[in-house]
Amino acid sequence: MAHLKFTPHLKRFFPDLTTLDIEANTVADAIAIANNHWDGIADYVIDEQGALRKHVNIYVDGELIYDKETLTDKISADSRIFIMQALSGG
Amino acid sequence: MSNKLLIGTRKGLLILEKNGTEWAVQSEHFEGIPVSHATLDKRNNTLWVALDHGHWGCKLHRSQDGGATWEEVEAPKYPEGATRPPDEATPAHTSYIWIVQPGGDDQPNRLYVGTEPGGLFQSDDNGDSFQLVESLWNQPSRDNWFGGGRDYAGVCSIIVDPRNSEHITIGISVGGVYESCDGGKTWDARNKGLFADYLPDPYAEFGHDPHYILASPSNPDVLWQQNHCGVFRSVDGGHNWQDIGTDDGIYFGFALAVDETDENMAWLVPAISAEFRIPIERALFVGRTEDGGKTWQQLRNGLPQKNAYDIAFRHALHVNGNQLAFGTTAGNIYFSDDSGDNWQCITQNLAVVYSVKFF
Repeated sequence: MAHLKFTPHLKRFFPDLTTLDIEANTVADAIAIANNHWDGIADYVIDEQGALRKHVNIYVDGELIYDKETLTDKISADSRIFIMQALSGG
Repeated sequence: MSNKLLIGTRKGLLILEKNGTEWAVQSEHFEGIPVSHATLDKRNNTLWVALDHGHWGCKLHRSQDGGATWEEVEAPKYPEGATRPPDEATPAHTSYIWIVQPGGDDQPNRLYVGTEPGGLFQSDDNGDSFQLVESLWNQPSRDNWFGGGRDYAGVCSIIVDPRNSEHITIGISVGGVYESCDGGKTWDARNKGLFADYLPDPYAEFGHDPHYILASPSNPDVLWQQNHCGVFRSVDGGHNWQDIGTDDGIYFGFALAVDETDENMAWLVPAISAEFRIPIERALFVGRTEDGGKTWQQLRNGLPQKNAYDIAFRHALHVNGNQLAFGTTAGNIYFSDDSGDNWQCITQNLAVVYSVKFF
């Protein structure tokens, strides 16, 4: 199972947010799965066209994702995905 | 008389309350989060707050208990395929919520939201869902809209005619004034008489910058406009605009308020022109006309007259009977209970103030 972890900053808006074990092929899939657990969290991470918000970063296995427009970066079975706010945009 | 103020700032929402002659902060909400606009829907006593999270996008919240509790609703979303000019290749998304405006009294669940990059949204279920007003978005003249202050054009003013809810006038900064007489199905530009010194043709049909427009509640055919390039008034619903500015300070600014019962009375908070955006001579004053803009008074009693850098943004001045209040970029709130003759600073050291409303 891949491991999806969020910045604790998002717990302010989703208080029961936890790390999630998921089966997903892409980052976009992972966010859709997260949205099923916490309704509306996708809107905090991506815009209505599916692009990563300007001041949000996603790491997969320690690397920043490449496709910030459609989030097609691949996820493997034991990937570690981390969604964090950028240090810009505060 | 109102004893409460709703203050939207760069760092949260404040509710101020007046007890006797003293104003104090009654409560703080959304602390640390930019509040781009906050208002009251008098039809159902709902408070609306638009947030501009630095990281997490624009959000909308409502409260039906005076601010005790808040509920997030899904913010307006541009449909798939919507793109931004000039390349028409960049997908459009809601990058700022400029204004939340209730519909007419005969449309109890209608809400409008004005956004960057230039989309007007409509809800018919009291904000549970929003749809882009495609007729405006698909205006061929949208090619003439562009950013001013922010990166892209914004719908900053929305006026619903109290006599006829199908009659809507909007202000796009930068784009101009548009009017619909059929509930938003079709739109016509209403910029005749305006002047835009930054355009190759200052009298062009499109591309004007109405920072904020309001209608006189007592005569909605009378429109007022604080423009990027002056102050204008129309007595025929925006079909023709007259320049009512002066050479001694009534020219550039953002904020505007119009008297509820007198169509000839309005207030502004002027500044030096666009390239400076600071108070004239660093002395803050409110401009007031009582004769439809023929003459203006500069009201200074109680306002700082030296070393002041306070600017009032477009939604940060409000009138309620004889009461006026405005908030500034320097985090000060000024209040008058005599139509602006005398002012007092009721709160200071706030973050940048974006919106001020009595409620």
